[in-house]
Amino acid sequence: MNRVIIALISGILFGAGLVLSEMVNPVKVQGFLDLFGNWDPSLVLVMGGAVAVTLVTSRFILRRKTPIFADRFYMAMTSNIDARLILGAVLFGTGWGLSGYCPGPGIVNAMINPAEAIIFIPALIIGGYIGQKFSA
Amino acid sequence: MLESLPIEALYGGILIGLSAALLLAFNGRIAGISGILYNLLFNNLGSYDRSWRLAFLIGLFVGGYALLPVEFELREGYSSVLLILSGLAVGIGTRIGNGCTSGHGVCGIGLLAGRSIVATITFMSAGIITVTIMRMFGIVG
Repeated sequence: MNRVIIALISGILFGAGLVLSEMVNPVKVQGFLDLFGNWDPSLVLVMGGAVAVTLVTSRFILRRKTPIFADRFYMAMTSNIDARLILGAVLFGTGWGLSGYCPGPGIVNAMINPAEAIIFIPALIIGGYIGQKFSA
Repeated sequence: MLESLPIEALYGGILIGLSAALLLAFNGRIAGISGILYNLLFNNLGSYDRSWRLAFLIGLFVGGYALLPVEFELREGYSSVLLILSGLAVGIGTRIGNGCTSGHGVCGIGLLAGRSIVATITFMSAGIITVTIMRMFGIVG
């Protein structure tokens, strides 16, 4: 139960961060990716702020043998940099640019811009399902 | 230029970082949205594994809702074809590449995982190239 409450709080912080930082505005995200055009650098602060926190906290967190409420850390089982990783990232980045949505903001947009979310979210889920077939 | 940047972007980023730190410190889990979503939808999970992922996603909406309404103008009339292609590419790409902006970009880089650093540089580059091409065709900008 403790761990479910932690996950809820973590989700709340994440959702609040996405809206506060305007990551949920796809036009702003496309402006951030428009490096050679009308570049909007403000999302550098979002990524920078988030990574600054995780860089510092991860060092302290991983000094513990186990997490506070769980029996172990659940990390990626592989450290391979392979064709799957690169192909996946290329596809993801291309899709991110096409709409300005990555998964988090895309999902939260169900309550901000439902006219777009009703198209994007089902496509995201179908895409994830197709990807899952290739992952098996 | 830096003075004109919205400080809310930094605060929002810090909140996202704290979210990831909390989940890792207490539950030992990576706050990767795509992984959480796909595991919930496509994998047979035990009750705890389902509950925490569901709680996280519910939290995502609750936290976002708390800060509504948004101040920016909503995009209207955007191409449905682009939204569909985008959703499919993001879905397939994040599943086979095992992560998105949150899992690789925020959590993985924080853990100094080589895979995540390479993935993040790759998806950022692909996004920049895509938007640059769209600009040439007058779709954005």
